[in-house]
Amino acid sequence: MINLLINDQQVSVPEGTTVLAAAKQTGVNIPTLCNHADLCVAGNCRVCLVEQKGAKTLIASCAMPVSEGMEIQTNSLKVRNARKHVIELLLSEHRSDCTKCYKNQNCELQRLANEYSFGDHIFLDLTTDHQYKIDRSSPSFIKDDSKCIRCQRCVRTCSQLQHVSAIAVANKGAHQKISSFHDRMMSSVVCTNCGQCVNRCPTGALVEKTYIDQVWDAIYDPSLHVVVQTAPAVRVALGEDLGYDPGERVTGKMVSALKQLGFDSVLDTDFTADLTIMEEGTELLTRLKKALVDGDKAVSLPMFTSCSPGWIKFIEHKYPQMLPNLSTCKSPQQMFGALAKTFYAQKRKIDPAKVVSVSIMPCTAKKYEADRPEMRSSGFKDVDYVLTTRELAVMIKQAGIDFRSLGEDHYDSIMGDSTGAAVIFGATGGVMEAALRTAYEIVTGREVPFKNLEITPVRGMDGVKEASVKIEGTTEDWNFLEGAELKVAIAHGLVNANKLMRAVTEGKASYHFIEIMACPGGCIGGGGQPIPTSMEIRKKRMAAIYSEDEHLPLRKSHENPDVISIYKEFLTSPNSHKSHELLHTHYVERESY
Amino acid sequence: MKNEGLTKVDLIFENIDSGKVLSKAFRMSNDEILKEILDSGLRGRGGAGFPTGMKWKFTATEKDPEKYIVCNADEGEPGTFKDREILDKVAYKVYGGMAIAGKAIGSKKGFVYLRGEYRFLLPQLYMELDKFHKLIKEIGYDFNIEFRMGSGAYICGEESALFESIEGFRGEPRNKPPYPTTSGVFSKPTSINNVETLVTAMMIIDKGASEYFKLGTKDSRGSKVFSVSGDTPKPGIFELELGMTVKQFVDEFGDGDTKAVQVGGASGFCVPRKKFDDTIIGFEGVPTGGSMKLFNSSRSMYNVLHNYLDFFTEESCGQCTPCRVGCQQLLKGIERVKKGEEKSVYLHELVKLADTMKIASKCGLGQSVGNAFKSIVENFREEIIY
Repeated sequence: MINLLINDQQVSVPEGTTVLAAAKQTGVNIPTLCNHADLCVAGNCRVCLVEQKGAKTLIASCAMPVSEGMEIQTNSLKVRNARKHVIELLLSEHRSDCTKCYKNQNCELQRLANEYSFGDHIFLDLTTDHQYKIDRSSPSFIKDDSKCIRCQRCVRTCSQLQHVSAIAVANKGAHQKISSFHDRMMSSVVCTNCGQCVNRCPTGALVEKTYIDQVWDAIYDPSLHVVVQTAPAVRVALGEDLGYDPGERVTGKMVSALKQLGFDSVLDTDFTADLTIMEEGTELLTRLKKALVDGDKAVSLPMFTSCSPGWIKFIEHKYPQMLPNLSTCKSPQQMFGALAKTFYAQKRKIDPAKVVSVSIMPCTAKKYEADRPEMRSSGFKDVDYVLTTRELAVMIKQAGIDFRSLGEDHYDSIMGDSTGAAVIFGATGGVMEAALRTAYEIVTGREVPFKNLEITPVRGMDGVKEASVKIEGTTEDWNFLEGAELKVAIAHGLVNANKLMRAVTEGKASYHFIEIMACPGGCIGGGGQPIPTSMEIRKKRMAAIYSEDEHLPLRKSHENPDVISIYKEFLTSPNSHKSHELLHTHYVERESY
Repeated sequence: MKNEGLTKVDLIFENIDSGKVLSKAFRMSNDEILKEILDSGLRGRGGAGFPTGMKWKFTATEKDPEKYIVCNADEGEPGTFKDREILDKVAYKVYGGMAIAGKAIGSKKGFVYLRGEYRFLLPQLYMELDKFHKLIKEIGYDFNIEFRMGSGAYICGEESALFESIEGFRGEPRNKPPYPTTSGVFSKPTSINNVETLVTAMMIIDKGASEYFKLGTKDSRGSKVFSVSGDTPKPGIFELELGMTVKQFVDEFGDGDTKAVQVGGASGFCVPRKKFDDTIIGFEGVPTGGSMKLFNSSRSMYNVLHNYLDFFTEESCGQCTPCRVGCQQLLKGIERVKKGEEKSVYLHELVKLADTMKIASKCGLGQSVGNAFKSIVENFREEIIY
């Protein structure tokens, strides 16, 4: 243990602890900006400066490890003056149009300004000296350089967490900026639209592209029928933006709120998550049969899941040779969209041209996915507007709804039923677990051999997870799988996806089925989820997801009554011609800039 | 204080028998070399003046078997051009100094990080390097040197930014600690020394620490190569014993009308005429990496300062707030004061900002912007305002 003094108070902390962390332990909060729990230390904003006795300069507490006998002052006059200067300098290069800014009231720079820089600004406005670019080219987010304070959280996120590096630091000095390859538009570089940078940007420099007004317009247009679907991970995180602690399940209140907002029908993406399991599970078993029984060498294994649009774009850019290994299944959002304007419209006897389909997603890449040209198999744009969890919270606030006092409502019928297997799609390993619950039962007629259906090896926050399930006692149809060991792997966060892909492409690992989610923790850590995010917060959301599963009466996708009836009434069977038409898609190779 | 005028010295450019000195060095133990360098009182010649012997000793005590010697030849300080001359004339002594440093710290590998604009020197530097590698082999010692090229960024002369650049990354300074002696290039213990320091070290081994110790003053031992420029009838490179006052220097190099001397380049200090007498050039007064720029009364100190701030605004890496934004504020601030768009008292705010930059910036670049700014604004306030 290392002993030091912080504000004259004796502290003992383990070696390697930063001064910032040591101070926190003693109840002293040092303001920070570039620092983020998920990212490596940068030490570049200089907001967290403190005074160390005997040192010539102030030190960045986030980057300074403690040492024996150190004496630190976190709030001396010298520190306060320097900190005020640093914050004023940041404000001088930041276009402060707070009342017009999407991040108003949710901006870390604004909070610091409130504490340290009220009154007249000391320094000259520099924003007019630069020709800043506002890049609206991505359907998912807006990059506004005039609000950027160069903390580089986004750059670190893109490289360290996502192994994408679509954005990097360019130029130096006054011209330094966060830019893309040759300053290309964000829509024409390797950016996956995952929104992890949006989740970590302390200001309004990176924000999701919002479609709130378009959705309000649709709701208030009496000629339109507005259907909304909610993704599994939204219900365990929405509360955070409405005054609840992380990890609160607010499913019923969320449904009530959506009804109060005026949506004509409040339905559940979980329904199409269950449908995905039927389609994807069948596709996997078909691929296995072709490979094992028919000896078809052209079959691409391992098969990869295709629910995460960030991951899809990643593989299209970085591993295009592996595209045949992607499941052809659309994501649950897009399956839902295609069915909303076909099956649902038919059943409700509504002109599909008058159906507006809205989805609430923990994700920014879903906005991009909905815009893909492949996603119009209903004859219309399958999903018209995608809102993030954050945008839904904004709408709820705009409508003046007192969320806490809301009662708990249920999803509407037709495509509103779901199972616990669908809910866990929201956490890394969830798709795999849901698939195994169903596939094992189809093949053997028995439940997966795990207590309470909890396939624990695929759960948790390890970056890459592996599991294998021995298939024994198969039914007659699936005899060819008798004794086979189904090997699966799971990765979340594209940096881990890349590790796994490298192992697979280099032949160092062999699996049958691989689940990949672009975001850390899976959808619960999605780029559209409430800000802030951290491992601690994601773990709480994850626990909430599994508890949601545990509390549902049905926990296997093939038992979903809505799923059973849609096959009976509309799709015939999984991977049928109709399914292929509406629920499956194809992918394109993309350049890697 | 010595007061008998300037003493010219010829250590750096003196031709020596490299093989003889290196053989002598390789017969010495690591500790013996370290002791010689420590005893000589040699401090780094790049400007910061860290005791060379200490730097080597810290690196030597690291356990990691893989260590590096890096020669900082990214000479970018405005008004400094002595390393170019040293590399041009006595490159073999630079290599020799690196090998001796390698022996002292236990490293078999050195890099020379050469300023991008000095690329034209490469053919002859490679020729000399071939000779050096042969010589070393003949003596029976194992030390290999490679060149790495800078690309024109001033910040890459900052040691940790230089390492980043060698490793192929954007040249941005790292957080310290860890210091280079524990984690330098490729995260290995590294001793990074200026070109002149390495040559001086070789000469100390040749002549002995006690000889070298006789030169200079208590805080500034030895001699130093100066790059003299500006309003002077004899610009050029001069090796002088340390310890002289600015007055003595101006008497030798001035044009009779010198009103200020910028000691240490853009990141150094401006000494006005009234302080010539009692300002020593060295670590007890104003330190310099070699740059000595003289200004006569025809020069506008506003223009001089504007030029420096323009330079820093361009050459800051842009990573940390005080340096990136502070430089722009200082520049824009004096422009507006000059134009009468801000009141002259605004200079007071700018001086406070310069003080903050000194203590809040991440690396030496941002920390030293305030040197030139404050010394010019405080001594030539009227020239900045009117």
